[in-house]
Parts: sequence; structure tokens; C-alpha cells
Amino acid sequence: MSIRSHIAVVRFGYGLRLGEPPPSDPVAWLEEQLVRPAAAPEGASTSEAIAAREETIARRRAAQRQAREQPPGIAPPAPEGRSPLARLAREEGLAWAQWRLATSQPFRERLVDFWMNHFTVSRRAGAVGALPPTLEREAIRPHLTGRFADMLVAATRHPAMLIYLDNHSSIGPNSRLGQRRNRGLNENLAREVLELHTLSPAGGYTQGDVQEFAKVLTGWSVNMDNPPYGFIWRPEMHEPGPKTLLGRRFPEGPESQEQVLRFLATHPATWRHLAVKLARHFVDDDPPPEAVRALEAALRRTEGDLGATYRVLIALPQAWDPPLSKLRSPQDFVLALLRATGERRPNAAVTGLAALGQPLWTAPQPNGWADTGRAWAAPEAIMRRVEWAYTQAGRMEQTDMAEVVEAALGPFARAETVAALRGAGSPREALTLLFGSPEFMRR
Amino acid sequence: MSHASFSLSRRGLLLGLGATFVLGSSRLALAQAAGERRLVVVLLRGAMDGLFVVQPYADPNMAELRAPLLLPEPGQEGGLLDLGGRFGLHPALAELHALYRQDQALILHAVAGPYRSRSHFEAQDLLEGGAEQRLTSGWLNRALQAMPAANGQARTGLAVGTGVPLLLRGPAQVGSYAPPGLEQPSPDVMHRLAALQQADPLLGPVFQEGLRARGYAADRLGQGAEPERNGFLRLAAAAGRLLAQPDGPRVAALEIGGWDTHAQQINRIQQPLQALDSGIAELRRNLGAAWADTAVLVVTEFGRTARANGNRGTDHGTGGVAFLLGGAVAGGRVLADWPGLTRDGLLDNRDLRPTTDLRAIAKALLRDHLRLPGRAVAQAFPESGAVQPLRGLVRA
Repeated sequence: MSIRSHIAVVRFGYGLRLGEPPPSDPVAWLEEQLVRPAAAPEGASTSEAIAAREETIARRRAAQRQAREQPPGIAPPAPEGRSPLARLAREEGLAWAQWRLATSQPFRERLVDFWMNHFTVSRRAGAVGALPPTLEREAIRPHLTGRFADMLVAATRHPAMLIYLDNHSSIGPNSRLGQRRNRGLNENLAREVLELHTLSPAGGYTQGDVQEFAKVLTGWSVNMDNPPYGFIWRPEMHEPGPKTLLGRRFPEGPESQEQVLRFLATHPATWRHLAVKLARHFVDDDPPPEAVRALEAALRRTEGDLGATYRVLIALPQAWDPPLSKLRSPQDFVLALLRATGERRPNAAVTGLAALGQPLWTAPQPNGWADTGRAWAAPEAIMRRVEWAYTQAGRMEQTDMAEVVEAALGPFARAETVAALRGAGSPREALTLLFGSPEFMRR
Repeated sequence: MSHASFSLSRRGLLLGLGATFVLGSSRLALAQAAGERRLVVVLLRGAMDGLFVVQPYADPNMAELRAPLLLPEPGQEGGLLDLGGRFGLHPALAELHALYRQDQALILHAVAGPYRSRSHFEAQDLLEGGAEQRLTSGWLNRALQAMPAANGQARTGLAVGTGVPLLLRGPAQVGSYAPPGLEQPSPDVMHRLAALQQADPLLGPVFQEGLRARGYAADRLGQGAEPERNGFLRLAAAAGRLLAQPDGPRVAALEIGGWDTHAQQINRIQQPLQALDSGIAELRRNLGAAWADTAVLVVTEFGRTARANGNRGTDHGTGGVAFLLGGAVAGGRVLADWPGLTRDGLLDNRDLRPTTDLRAIAKALLRDHLRLPGRAVAQAFPESGAVQPLRGLVRA
């Protein structure tokens, strides 16, 4: 396998699957994935995901009522298995892992993961429930190679985002509802869109801009009262009057949210922010300035055409420079290990992510998971990678060691690593050495 | 010159005597030389609402600003816990209140770092970095450079949890600990891996440190610790046990999230408050006698808006609260140069105006508690000459 083939599969993918031939023309292999997407994964709709949570809450309330009415001394009936929400979340997690273990378009999936982290919605906020994978299917995948502005609009108005960042209950103080009830504005979504999703603090917005934008966003809400559940425009919550944001005036009404988002999506500071993040993710923790400039220019020239921007990304000379300088995130590490060993049981991936500190859809904060080696290379975290590899290797039935090494390391296998594998006491120990080697930890 | 050589040889003599007389344990003597004082920093990620957790209930503007977030005054059912007449502590912090009554909790109000960012992520980096611009190392790590490990076994600094926060990243090597849960390969495999990692500039040292920390923690804590639902509780207990070891670390950092209460704050803050409260109690219990030599600094990146927002929550603000807890702390009081909550008193007519710089608290701990020399304190907090360490935070 050539160096470039291996760089293509680890830097832009999840590594080779056991027995999979490396791409003979790496650039063509990546470009093909951009223009000819395979069928998209299926799963629950937004309405079904919200329904699972509503039903779970209703059941819990009923059980509590029953427990109160129970005569003393008689044990209440045992709860019946997993709740609808827990069941759906589990199914979605397994489907997520299965899809990525099997995919033959890993570059597309890495891009999906990149944007899911950019537009983080986390289950740590309880009300988010099983909505994150619906955001992926409904807002990220349809616009993956389209315009950033379209993805921004779709992600911002998606119920997962409106709930996670509290906009569904933000009320314009002078709206009909705001005047009746003593409730009002919530700045959370407006601030994070400006800071994390578009301009970044380098864009120079003020506290006043955050507030004006929050007023614009009032009325974008979520119907959680009756099915079909989902996005709803609530004019009675919308702050009346024009708003001024970054020196521009926007009218009131149900068109204004999208107008502002499209304005932000095409702001020069947004191009810069996205270029830095893409270069950091795919090239190096400290993005080379030339790579950032090229991506920024591509976004500006094409008005945010993501497909065209990825083509500039894979044409960057810096993207093909050995050595592998990025440290794999736990997610990359888990998926690459399981693909290289031919493991198809998705539960191994889901539990692996939790064991290594990056459980699915639970980023601690709205800025998502860290994207630098410095953040992931804690002594304890690296020990756990080795122990998880050892645990996983103990579950494998049989192994053609040479094939696993070829899939995992390709031409990056160093002589001393190969010698250590040969000298290992058992296949299980050899696999532990393989997956604990620095060549495998990096991408 | 002769005086210096005299005191050096005299100290050497005393150490030798100590090693002979304390059951032949030179480790103990050396550990004493390294100092018995412990410093624990707890980071509250997400911005705790200081005005809610330590309510200035006597301030006449509270009712107008945050009616949905007022708790009953002290003495009433479900009411605040009294802190001496002007302030009341949230009732979920009963353990902290008990410490306050034993003069082991000092509450600092209207505090903030030098930055005025209302971004969590930037503010956390600045809080942990210890400067007015972003740095790649943390102030606690730079302080540790002046505290070399004296016993050749334990690191002086310990990160508790799977990651190392920026606060503890930097040139000084720190240990880390998290409860085990996976199968472990033989030591031989681990040492072979260490050899494979050696040439990697990032992974080489990290792997060595992981091995060392593992061996150390397993030795002291034993395997198969009981499973614990509350992650912070479990980590706080482990931190206490490791810090209590005679040859254990002396400085540790922990973190706990869940404070970003933009909506339904009264309900949502309950869980993190309870976790913090019971975690501090576990830390104290496991430290045992060493609690008397301990100071625990609890800080958050900024406070929250003085006004409640439209969802019975609060948005990102500026001034807030820090806690200083422990047997070494001169507690039993609320320390605040109170700016008031009037339109002019507030910062930007929005946030509690900070009147105490967090660095003045942290610098005081480095100087008066860990007894670091002035240049080490300056290295931890560069370009902060104008910020004088507060006096009297710890017992003499």
C-alpha cells in the first residue's frame, strides 16, 4: 500500500476494514464519495423521537401516581424494562455504530461527524432525548456537500437545537405572550450561533448584537403538545419591531430568522472560522496558515459551497504530508480498531466510546468535543485506550495477524513495532501492542 | 557563606535523625520536607449563578431583579441557610454550611477573573490559564514547577478524572487518576508499549506518566473499588484518599459541570449543587487528619445575569461567587466588597459588578498556604503585579 493510500484512509476516513483493499487512486477515491453518495441511513423521525420522550415522562408520572395510591406494606409493581426513550436511544446508537463500521464512504461519514460536532446537541440536556441522530439525518446529511448557509438554517431551526439551546421557550418581552406572562428572552441560542456556529468571537459582535439576534429568533419553537411533534412558528412569542444586528436592520416576522442566518453564514469572519476548523480537523492541530487561506478563499469564492471546499481540502499539499501528526480522538480510535479487526457487533463501538470518555451525543458543552491531541492525550485516557484494546482483543475469536496489521498500519508499521508483535506472548497481547502503538494512535 | 553551609548540614542531620527514629521510614521524613499543605481546585464548568447560590437576600433590589429565583429567607421552610445576616446559602449546600459554622468555609462574593468575556469557553481558558490572554499552560501547573516531588514516587500534582484540564497542563509533569473499569494487560505488555511510545514526543511522556500513575494508584487504593453512581462523589473520594497518603500528591484539580442554567434554574441547579456538596464531604472524610492542612478553592468562569431571563433562568454574566473550604482556611465569614444591585451598581446595568479579582485569591493561596516564593507566584500569574494577594485567607 502506498503512503498516500494509507493517509487517505486514516486522515479522511476511519481506517481500512479487515481485508479491504486500499484505494489505488486516493484522490479519486475521496472525490467519488463527494459526488456519488450511497443511500442515506434511516431512523426515527423528529416527531417519533419527541414522542418517545413524552411517553416515557407520561409513564413515569403514572407509576409515581400508582406508587402513591398503593396501600402501605404492598410492594409497587416492578418497572417494565427499558423506557421508550431509552430503547430508542439504544437502537439509534447501535445503528450509528453499525453504519460507520460497515461504510465504504468513510470520508462522507467523517464530514458528517465534523458537522455534528460543529452543531453540537448533547443529551446531557435531558430534554434533548433521542433527537441528535434526527438532526444528523434531517439537517446535516441533506446539506453535506451543499451550501453552508442551508445547513446552518436547517441545523438552527431543528428541534434538537431549539431545545438544546433553549430557544423553544424564549419569548419576546413585547410579544403577545410576553406582555401577558412575566417571561421573556433567552440568549443562549443566539450567542452560540454567533460564537460557535458562524462568526466566532473574532467576528467582533457585541452583547447588544446577541440580544438583538435573540429577539429575532423568538417564535422559532417546538410543538411538544400533540403529534406530529416538531418545529413550529409561534407568532405570539415573536418580538415585534425591526432589529439591528451588526449594523444591519432586519424586519420582524417569520422570514427574519433565515435572513439573519444567511447573512451570518456568508460573513467573512464565518469563512475564516470554518476554514480554521476544517484545517485543524483534517490537517493539523496547529493549522498551517496556507491551508487555512486556501480553504477560506474557496468558501469566499464559492459563497460557501461545501462540496467545492472539500475538493480544495483534499488538494492541499499539507493534507498529504507525513508524518501522521493528529492524535486519533476516542471515536476515531474505537472505529478504526473495530474495522481493522473485522468486528461487526455495533455494541462494541457504543460501549468503547463510553469507556474512552467520548460517549455518543453527550459532549459536555455546546462547543463540542475537543479537536486537538493536547486535549485527548491525558495519561489516564491513553492507559484506557490500551486496556480497552486488550479487553476487546480478548473477545476476538480468531485472527490473521498479518492481515490485521496490514489494515491497521499499512506502510506506517515501524520495524520495532513489528518486532514487538512477533515477540508477544499471545495473539491477544500482540493486538494490544498493535493498537497501543503510536502509529495506530495517530492519524 | 558559613551560615548557609551550617544550616544545610544541620537540616541534613535532622532529616537523617527523622529517618532513623520514625520506624526507619525515610519516605515520611522526605514527605514532611515537601510540605504537608494540600491545595485542591474544583472547577465548576458552565458558570454557577453566584447570586442564586449565595443570595444577598437583604439587598433591596433582589425582588425586582430576580423574583422567580428568590428562595425563602433563613428560618423559613426550605429557606436559605444563614450566613450572618446579609447573605444566605442555598439549602442544598448543607455540608458547606456546616463547614461555615465550624469556621472552615470562606465565601467570596462579587468576584471574577480579569477578563470580561461572556463566552464559556474563552472564559474557562482564561480562568485556567491565569492571564488576560489565552495561554497554553495553566496557572496551577506553573505553580507546581516551584514544588518538585521530593520523594521520587508521587507527582506533586494530580488531575482527577479521565482528562487533564488546562489548569494543570504545562511543563510540570502531573499525575492523573480515574476509577478503573477495564481489563488490564500484564505489566510486561505495558512496559513494551512504553518502549514503543518512547520516540513519540506527545505520547512518550504521557504513556510513562500513565504507567506510573496506574502503579501508584493501584498500590494505594486497591483494585475493584465499589461502583458509584455520582461521578464527582467517586472522584472526590479518590482524590481525598490519594492526597491523604504521606507520599501522595499535594495539589489536585477536579471539575464538575451542569451549571449553565439558562432555564428552569431552581430545578436544574439542584443536582450539581447536591453533587458538589456531597463531593466536598467525601473529600473531607477521605482526607482524614490531612483536612486540617487543606484548602479547597471552588471557582467558576463567571457569574450570571443579575436579572432572571424569560425562562426562570439566567444568562451569562460577570461577577459571581468563589468558595474557599478546608481546615486551613480562616473561614466562617462572607468576604465581599459589595457593589450593590442598583442600576449604577451593576456592570453594564446587567451583571453583578466584580470587586475582587480571582487572581488575588489564588495568589494568596500560593503565597500564604503553599508558601511559594514571590517569583513562583509571579510565574503562575504573569503580568498581574497590580493584583495584590488578599490577606488572611488561611490560618497562620
